[in-house]
Amino acid sequence: MSTPIIEARGVGISFGGVRALDDVSFAARAGEVFSIIGPNGAGKTTLFNIVSGLYRPDSGKVLLAGEDVTALPPHLLAARGLCRTFQNLQIFLRMTVLENVMVGRHLHEERGLIPALLRLPSVLRQNRATRARARELLAFVGLEKRADDPAGALPYGALKRLEIARALAAEPKVLLLDEPAAGCNAVETEEIDRLIVTIAERGVAVVLVEHDMKLVMRISTHILVLNHGRILAEGTPAEVRANPEVVAAYLGRHAAEAAHASG
Amino acid sequence: MDQLLQFVFSGLTVGAVYALVALGFTLIYNASDVINFAQGEFVMLGGMVTVFAHAAGVPLPLAALLAIVVAVATGLAVHRFAIEPARGANAVTLIIITIGASILIRGLAQIMFDKQFHRFPAFSGEDPIAVLGASILPQSLWVLGGAAVIVAALWLFMERTLLGKAVRATAANRLAARLVGIDTTLVLALAFGVSGAIGALAGILVTPITLTSVTVGTLLALKGFAAAMLGGIGNPVGAVAGGLVLGLLEALAAGFLSSTYKDAVAFVVIIAVLFVLPQGLFGKRAVERV
Amino acid sequence: MRVSARHATLLLFLAAFAALPLLLPSSFHLRVATLVWIQALAAVGLNLLMGLAGQVSLGHAGFFGIGAYAVALGPRHLGLDPLLSALAGLVLSGLLALLVGRPILRLRGHYLAVATLGLGILVWLVLNSEVALTGGPDGIQVPRLVLFGWRVAGAETWYWITGAVLLLGVWLALNLEDSPLGRALRALHDSEVAARVAGIDVARSKLVVFVMAAIYAALAGSLLGLFNRFVTPQVADFLHSIELVTMVVIGGMGSTLGAIVGAAILTVLPQALTVFHDYEHAVLGLMIILFMIFLRQGIVPGLAALLPRRAVA
Repeated sequence: MSTPIIEARGVGISFGGVRALDDVSFAARAGEVFSIIGPNGAGKTTLFNIVSGLYRPDSGKVLLAGEDVTALPPHLLAARGLCRTFQNLQIFLRMTVLENVMVGRHLHEERGLIPALLRLPSVLRQNRATRARARELLAFVGLEKRADDPAGALPYGALKRLEIARALAAEPKVLLLDEPAAGCNAVETEEIDRLIVTIAERGVAVVLVEHDMKLVMRISTHILVLNHGRILAEGTPAEVRANPEVVAAYLGRHAAEAAHASG
Repeated sequence: MDQLLQFVFSGLTVGAVYALVALGFTLIYNASDVINFAQGEFVMLGGMVTVFAHAAGVPLPLAALLAIVVAVATGLAVHRFAIEPARGANAVTLIIITIGASILIRGLAQIMFDKQFHRFPAFSGEDPIAVLGASILPQSLWVLGGAAVIVAALWLFMERTLLGKAVRATAANRLAARLVGIDTTLVLALAFGVSGAIGALAGILVTPITLTSVTVGTLLALKGFAAAMLGGIGNPVGAVAGGLVLGLLEALAAGFLSSTYKDAVAFVVIIAVLFVLPQGLFGKRAVERV
Repeated sequence: MRVSARHATLLLFLAAFAALPLLLPSSFHLRVATLVWIQALAAVGLNLLMGLAGQVSLGHAGFFGIGAYAVALGPRHLGLDPLLSALAGLVLSGLLALLVGRPILRLRGHYLAVATLGLGILVWLVLNSEVALTGGPDGIQVPRLVLFGWRVAGAETWYWITGAVLLLGVWLALNLEDSPLGRALRALHDSEVAARVAGIDVARSKLVVFVMAAIYAALAGSLLGLFNRFVTPQVADFLHSIELVTMVVIGGMGSTLGAIVGAAILTVLPQALTVFHDYEHAVLGLMIILFMIFLRQGIVPGLAALLPRRAVA
């Protein structure tokens, strides 16, 4: 198997004396859909925030393509190919749908101040290229018809896809998706399901935090289960599903024992 | 040494006024997230109304009472006619509205009063009292004592009365307060009224020492704002501490460095503090949640 | 579409710029129009910082003051040519912004407001207090601008000069808006964290626009000094900072045309109100309140919303 593109080694962090994450490690490879699951408060989003550089861990390391990138600021991580979406949407609401995705192209644009101020032909050319690429990505997530609408006018499920398009605009090697299907209906969930699989097929390592177990079991190549900030289990969907500890954490002890007894 | 003590006295006196202005900022901020730049005008009204009522023959205590009533009414009017109609506007808009209110109040005061500096007699005579080799004006004691009484009364009100608890609940969580049936609009109106009263009292107490004119409000508001920020905005204890610290630093700087740049102290201090502690001295450090 | 908003802004401004000298009856009115162009230049710069990037500055008049005093103090104390002095003012203003920008722009909301406010007041205090250097509260004379032997004088001349400089400022601002940096600024206005994740260096972007806004203000200050041939510390005081912010907000945050409209209103109105001299402040305050309550999104975006969407948006 190829070497992991994104890796966490023994990561831990505390908030006001509470150990939110303790000694968590994982590794995901290109083309993989790596899911992180666990009950509410298990530390999934905290792990995301550490990996994407928003929080600095008290212990442990984060490696991107084999290099130590622990606590590198998010914009530098993005430049090295790591992008993410947010559980609570972070949309540029004052911009149009298209402009939101154009912002995602930032890293691939020439950003010289003087050419921009003088509106040199190169800047105009680049604007056109950025706009065209953004339209392609909107088509990819099925939002091309809404390109010129204000982002605030989109329904919730569409905003989730808009965030994915914006993240893809940066051409990431690693894409962290924080609950992309939360609050979406069955049809929307299926669309996102298909999107994630396609993205992974194109060679991106997708790291997914998701509550929708059906979605997770269907598309994941690997699953990491967190509980109370620690690793509870890790393995393929089949292995995780068969793990009594995981069933217990999700359904409570009694249900687990019952399942064990009957199964 | 006695010179230092002298500076401490005058610093605490001015600092007490800053503390009261900062307290007014804090009250309103906690009830609404509004930074009320008209706060300094309440202090101005306290002094000016007393001056002119007294000059018209009204006995001093009654003139002072009138000034408080005017300031409270002004505070309520600012809330009712400027803040309430702009409910839901963003922070910058609200700041500009209160600055507009401040300019309006000053403009009206200019029409009603004049542009001169005024004072009225100190409450207990003008003869300084000698303390440990330094001298202190009896009026300074009035300012410090008055400020202490106001802070204590406000504290009792917040801790012991139902209305006070409603104010604190609103400060802690506005939505939750509304859900349990607290009229948050009333609470905000109350905050404006009380801030008006506190400001006016500060103006009345300090006018015999510092004099007053229609233009004193702006700088007082800015320094009170700096004091509130120094203490970490929204924290009443921090506001009082911030005010006193600012007053002391100002007096010491005026005494030992340069009296020209006395007014600069507040702003140098606040910028320096914010560079080191972006949340103020006693502000809560928040973890960004995404 | 933003492209058409860009053209609308340029066209409307050019039309007003060309037509006003024909419509205005006296040199007094031309002088007022010149003041509008000057204030608008500062407001257009501030709009980049406030409207585009969403960063408040309550001390922008400080940078304006640096530009204004540069053209007074450069010739007097250093023997510099007024034009060179103005240039020095721009550099000084930009350097100050560069120096204090990074720590100040880390702050958010009210903390940013109080820090910028403090910065502005400090500049004003220096200008007001260093009597030997600046003339103190009474102000100081500015020598006449001489360009390659041409003595710049007359209301109409200054009208064209300041308007042309504003046109350049507007063009640069509109260009910036439609560039990667412009998009980055609008993005961080809405969500800093999403901007950072998209690869935007938020600290640097804010710093660049802060320095630009400072230079716009300083240039406006220099023009005012040269035009009035006299400056007082009032150009740098808190009230002027508030006026600049109000211009941006009542015109419509994020709208370059709005910044010009806001500057026009706040400059023309006090001139009109001198008739009611005593009421000037009261009316100004009342007007600010009413605008903020009833036209919260600003005049230009408010009016644009009434037009068919394709025209201006």
